[in-house]
Amino acid sequence: MSEEGVNPRRRRLLAITTGLGLVGTAFAVTPFVLSMMPSARAKAAGAPVEVDISKIEPGQLLTVEWRGKPVWILRRTPEMLKSLSSDESLVADPISAADQQPIYAQNATRSIKPEFLVLVGICTHLGCSPAQRLEAGAASGLGEGWPGGFFCPCHGSKFDLAGRVFKNVPAPTNLVVPPHTYLSGTRIMIGVDTKGAA
Amino acid sequence: MQKLLAWIDDRFPMTKVWEEHLAKYYAPKNFNFWYYFGSLALLMLVMQIFTGIFLTMHYKPDTGLAFASVEYIMRDVDWGWLIRYMHSVGASFFFIVVYMHMFRALLYGSHKNPRELVWIIGMVIFVALMAEAFMGYLLPWGNMSYWGAQVIISLFDAIPVVGPTLSEWIRGDFVISDATLNRFFAFHVIAVPFILAALVFVHIVALHKVGSNNPDGVEIKKKKGPNGIPLDGIPFHPYYTVKDIVGVSVFLMIFSAVVFFSPELGGWFLEHDNFNTANILQTPPEIVPLWYFTPFYSILRANTFAFFGIQAKLWGVIFMGLSIVLFFFLPWLDRSPVKSIRYRGWMYKTALTVFVVAFFTLGYLGTRPAAGPNLLIAQVSTVLYFAFFFLMPWYTTIDKTKPVPERVT
Repeated sequence: MSEEGVNPRRRRLLAITTGLGLVGTAFAVTPFVLSMMPSARAKAAGAPVEVDISKIEPGQLLTVEWRGKPVWILRRTPEMLKSLSSDESLVADPISAADQQPIYAQNATRSIKPEFLVLVGICTHLGCSPAQRLEAGAASGLGEGWPGGFFCPCHGSKFDLAGRVFKNVPAPTNLVVPPHTYLSGTRIMIGVDTKGAA
Repeated sequence: MQKLLAWIDDRFPMTKVWEEHLAKYYAPKNFNFWYYFGSLALLMLVMQIFTGIFLTMHYKPDTGLAFASVEYIMRDVDWGWLIRYMHSVGASFFFIVVYMHMFRALLYGSHKNPRELVWIIGMVIFVALMAEAFMGYLLPWGNMSYWGAQVIISLFDAIPVVGPTLSEWIRGDFVISDATLNRFFAFHVIAVPFILAALVFVHIVALHKVGSNNPDGVEIKKKKGPNGIPLDGIPFHPYYTVKDIVGVSVFLMIFSAVVFFSPELGGWFLEHDNFNTANILQTPPEIVPLWYFTPFYSILRANTFAFFGIQAKLWGVIFMGLSIVLFFFLPWLDRSPVKSIRYRGWMYKTALTVFVVAFFTLGYLGTRPAAGPNLLIAQVSTVLYFAFFFLMPWYTTIDKTKPVPERVT
């Protein structure tokens, strides 16, 4: 790159023209990049889902679909609720400090009513759907000390019966509690926040 | 005929290109078995593009229709089963050939000066090929297609600040959906193949500038005869075109045997879970990528510790990215004065052996549940994998080398 015989004025104009050309290119590329964002239809498709929870037996789990994701509704038995206080030493975030739930579910049971747990059934590691290992003890295949919960087969992450993540597993945070509200004693709406609580 | 040729040559450098790159392109005379895989990789690229064109004539990139359209190709389209199996088996064979091609470079130092750019362009091809294979795997819309894509795109979520927006941008939705399938189809069929073809062209242009390496790692251009032709060189055509045709024939025998007798290869080339249509509420019991990604997948999930205030998940992603990025730096990590393994000392030979063992171990463990002893072995193998790269400047410097001959042997 010899500077000999170069007209500095023309060189400067060339630099300015190139710069403007790059700005123009950036503007021209923008519509193409933005066209790949979720479309208006995809955004609108995330409508709330209404679920009847009266038919769930204690200890049973119901899976429904909301925004293309599996949502679990688990009716916890008194023993299951008891396991939540005894396993606090095993889980990484026992007080749900991380922002993985609406404020009205930031409590010991991570739910509005202790009996009913509502969770997005997608592992916070890499998006697999964890398997249910609701029974405590060795029958679960996860050892004698297993308090009951969920086990992600993909990468071995473990969660307790409040969706709290265990220590030293790949998943970094607790399972997400989606926004939900009680329409009546037996019907809940997933995707809508409980009024007055937020 | 001569007049027609002259007429063309006045307007297009046909004879010039033919001579420069084939009839008077001098390649070392001592190529061995490992030098088949470059031309075989080119063959696989052509085969994948060719079979792919015919698949797109019947395939439908729509979540409601995709799975059924693949079954339609398999059952109702005349010879559709053959074309689809050639494409799906072809993907695995493409990676076998490319891995052999890359291993050849590690054996004979083909990444070393002056071929650094040939190597780097080749690595870009490898990354593009992984993207191509990954997006192609979503298209049948089987359950493993869906959940595999879910896991890999979630990797971008781990990137601080921009991660979630970036993964939404890639998916075009909050989850893997019709939008994702449709754009992966566009990338798989048009964008990436186009880039691959361009990169392969550049790879060959760069190679022909510096000339091929050989199993002795001797630069044949240093010893030229009075006519200016390397003493150890022979014209690529007809010598190596004929040699490569032999390679192609043997390769196609093996390829055909798999296509006709075991196109799924017991779940290694087509996974059993992918014979179910995608189900967003049901993860397969084990999410396993196809074999060619499992070494990197193993590295991804091997790390279960948070350190330096960074969560285990992000470390896993960083390690996986690093495991591929390090290959790009190989020409500068390798400080050995000799190229070929024939004249290297025991340290490089041991390091390469350990690396290959670690690579295969990681590849196998990537298909198994990550728990108990498997996890520990994967962690040890990950450390060995990285040691190969990070210790390379040290062991290639102090390694005792043998004298390299003046001419090829």
